[in-house]
Parts: sequence; structure tokens; C-alpha cells
Amino acid sequence: MSPPPSSSHALEATAALEPADAAAAPAPAPLRRRPARWLGLVLPAAFLLGLELTVRAGWVPAHLLPPPSDILATLNELAGQGLAAHVLVSTARVLTGFALGAVLAVVLGVWVGLSRRAEALLDPSFQALRAIPSLAWVPLILLWLGIDEGAKLALIALGAFFPVYMGVASGLRDVDRKLVEVAEMAGLGPVAMARRVLLPAALPAIWTGLRNGLSLAWMFMVAAELIAATRGLGYLLTDGRETGRADIVLAAIALLAIMGKLSDGLMQVLERRWLSWRDTVATRR
Amino acid sequence: MPATPQTPPLLELHVRRKLFDGHEVLRDIRLSMRQGECVTLVGASGCGKSTLLRIVAGLDRDFDGEVKLQGRPTSGPTRDIRFVFQEPRLFPWLTVAGNVAFDARGPLDQARVDALLDEVGLAGLGGRLPKELSGGQAQRVAIARGLFVQPRVLLLDEPFSAVDAFTRLKLQELLLRVARAHDIAVLMVTHDIDEAVYLGHRVLVFDANPGRIATPVDLALPRPRDRDSPEVSAAVATVRQALHRAHAL
Repeated sequence: MSPPPSSSHALEATAALEPADAAAAPAPAPLRRRPARWLGLVLPAAFLLGLELTVRAGWVPAHLLPPPSDILATLNELAGQGLAAHVLVSTARVLTGFALGAVLAVVLGVWVGLSRRAEALLDPSFQALRAIPSLAWVPLILLWLGIDEGAKLALIALGAFFPVYMGVASGLRDVDRKLVEVAEMAGLGPVAMARRVLLPAALPAIWTGLRNGLSLAWMFMVAAELIAATRGLGYLLTDGRETGRADIVLAAIALLAIMGKLSDGLMQVLERRWLSWRDTVATRR
Repeated sequence: MPATPQTPPLLELHVRRKLFDGHEVLRDIRLSMRQGECVTLVGASGCGKSTLLRIVAGLDRDFDGEVKLQGRPTSGPTRDIRFVFQEPRLFPWLTVAGNVAFDARGPLDQARVDALLDEVGLAGLGGRLPKELSGGQAQRVAIARGLFVQPRVLLLDEPFSAVDAFTRLKLQELLLRVARAHDIAVLMVTHDIDEAVYLGHRVLVFDANPGRIATPVDLALPRPRDRDSPEVSAAVATVRQALHRAHAL
């Protein structure tokens, strides 16, 4: 084979060809500025302030709707009584249950997404099971596994399973045929094809599934702890209701909001790092 | 320049029949190409030109006939043949360099990637992501990727149809330059008669339903060609009339 041309003529031609072609590239800096991040805090801050004033003015009884300042005081008080342990227990349950459900979902989703036979065998059943609202399984899980830790983890795993499974299986099925053809020309075998083309191409859909699965894991953790628990944020909710302490209930709700937002924020950070190659509105600079 | 008639053909293609859902899309196509030769295919949309390229590439094996590379029948994709598609088809999660070297076996040959990027006029852009490229730049990357394995044959399916007219002219020059530098045979489908005549040693005019070669037009014109010369204009007219007879226009 002859080497690439390196004559001055070829270089000249290349240099002469470049500028107009590059001019069609996306503009480096859009004129429209990205809106400031604090904008998202305006609404919650205004809401909390309004709430505080409403209750202080006596329009709503404080024992039903404690003002935000009372809730902060309650949080402070609870902090001295092992609040951190409640948060940790709940978070550990979410992460363990989510890990169990997500790993199983990824394994089955990859199998169904890559094998037509597995899809024909398994997918109709999964679609049917998905149609059942997952909370309907609660009584059955209680019957089978009792009310101890295993039952809670099983319930959380069940909640996380379907969104992840759907993301993986549909993400793999929807990979662009055109990219697969390029890989076929390169002579890639099935394993290399999955590793180098199908999984990266499906990653955005897989990631969406994981994010949805994680938020459902938080939801099912609360459901599990509401039913039977002696520790955790769900326990605080029940405890607050039984003792008529709306401030404890709202404190637990606030903590759930913060933890859910934190875990989803972490997923977003990872998404920005691993999926920055996407040419979408979100990744536009 | 095409080799002398005595050298054995690099690529021999014979498609007796190709069916799509019982409908005959290609019939009795014979094509033989020599090293360094450029053959362009023109014809109406849906006349099976792209299908023919997919057969040569080994992407479509469901046909009656055979593809021979240097006398040996091929069965499926080979590293001697590379395909540049209508769309650049770059892997969006890989950098430009990663896309060019997608076919690499073993460690990445950075020097080779740099040389190829330099050759297609994208020196220094190896670290970019595909989303940061213009359409013309992306197609240049696709050409560099096609050259990476040093193929004997480069197939192109309307590769410049999505870029503006000015960029198209420059990409045509680029294609001529790399085809000569690497001494590879080029088989290219195009809708642009000027392009077909400017690039091709031969232009094959396709008839539709079923697709077959209606008129082969040999262009005994010297290279490099002058787009505005009377000879090139006359050849363009010849091809256009052949397309009329094939009911493509």
C-alpha cells in the first residue's frame, strides 16, 4: 500500500480546503445565557415564607400545619435522639434493595434486549407483570417473608426492577441499525458488538431506567417502613401520626425530599460525566 | 488510472437475481473493477443501486450470484472492502480519533490516525466528539475511517448528498486525492450527474424495476478533469440522455 501523501501540494490543498468547511461547525458560544441556578430556589423559598406567615397569623392551626421554623426546631430536637440513624437505616435499605433489583433487571434486560428468543420467551410475561401496580404485591410479600428486613428489601427491589428492566431492554432494542451495520463491516463478533456498540448506544435509555428505578426504590422504602418498622424515616412518619405530631411527619417528609433529591442529583452528575457525548438540548453548551 | 487490461480484475460481481419480498430488485448485473478504478452508479431512486453496494459490502447475503475479490468468492464483510454511507454514521460516544480507529486490532496506532486525519483535512481534531463537527467534517471522518484498514475497495453510497454544493466539490477533490494516494478502487452511487462524470472512469446508468445496468458509459477523459471543458459537458449530456432512455428522468 502506498503511504498517505505528504507532498507540499497535498498539504496546501488541505489547508486551502479547511476554513469554509469548518465554518459550518456549530457556533462555539451561544448568545443566549444559561439561566442562573438559584432560579430553582425562588419557588420553594417563597412557599416556605408564605407558610410561615400564614401559620403565624393564625389562619391555620399550628398543630395541624406547623410553620417551617417549628419543623426546623423539631429536626434539631430529633437530631439529638438518633435521627441520623433513622436516615442511615432508610438509605441503606434503599441502596441495598435498589442494587438487588437493578442488577437482576440489567441481567434480564440485556438478555431480552440481545436475544430474540429470550425476548419471545420472557418479555410478554414481564409486560404482564409490569401492568400490576407493584404495591399490590405487598400483602403477598408479607405473607411469604413476614415483616422483617428481607421483606422490606424484596419490596424495594421489586419497585426498582421494572423501570430498570424496561430501560435496558428497550434501549438495546432501539439501537440504530445504521451503527450496527458499521460494526458489522468491522467484523465485530457478538460479544464485541454488545460491548463496543450496543451497550454504549443504549446507555442513555439504561440510565433513565436506573434513575426512575432509584426514585421508585425510595417510594417503596417508605411503603415498607410504613407497614412495619422500628427504625427509619417511614417509622418516623408512623410515629408522628400516632402521637399526633404533625411536625415530626413534616420533618420526615422534608428529609425524604432532601435524600431523594441528593440521590437523583448524584445520578445527574454521573450522567453528565458519562453521557456528555449526546447531542441533545441538555448537553448543548 | 485503471490498470492495463491484462491484470486480473480486483473485484468481480455477478448478481443473477436479488429479491425483496418476492419483488425483483436486481437482475443480471455484471461488474468488474480493476485496482485504482473509479466506477460511479446513477439511476432513479429505488432502482437497487444501494442494494448492490450492500451486496458488494457483504451486508446483504441473500441474493443469487457471487462477489469475487481477486478471484476468491467473498462471504460477508471483509477488511478489503470498506463502506462510506450516506450519513457519516459516526459513533457519537467515541472521539474523532476513536471513530477513525474503530477497526483497530490491538493498541491504538496514534500516528496512523493522525496521518489519516491530516490527509482528510482534519489535523488536530482527533479529540473532538462527533456532535462538535459540521456535516462535511463528519463525512471526512467517515472517509478516514474507511481508509484506516487499508482496503482495496471503497464503496460510497451518495456520500456527499447531505452537504452544501461548495463542500461537495471539496469532498470530491478529497476523494480523488485519497483514492489515488492509496491506490484503491472506488464504487460510488450518486444522484449527481456532474459528480458521476467528474469522478468516474466509467459511469453505469441503472434502469429500474428490476434494477440492471442499462448503459455503461466509458469516459476516456484525461485526469485531472476540467469540470468546465466541452468534453466533460458532452459526457454529462451523454449520461443524462442515457438516464432519459432508462426512464429515470
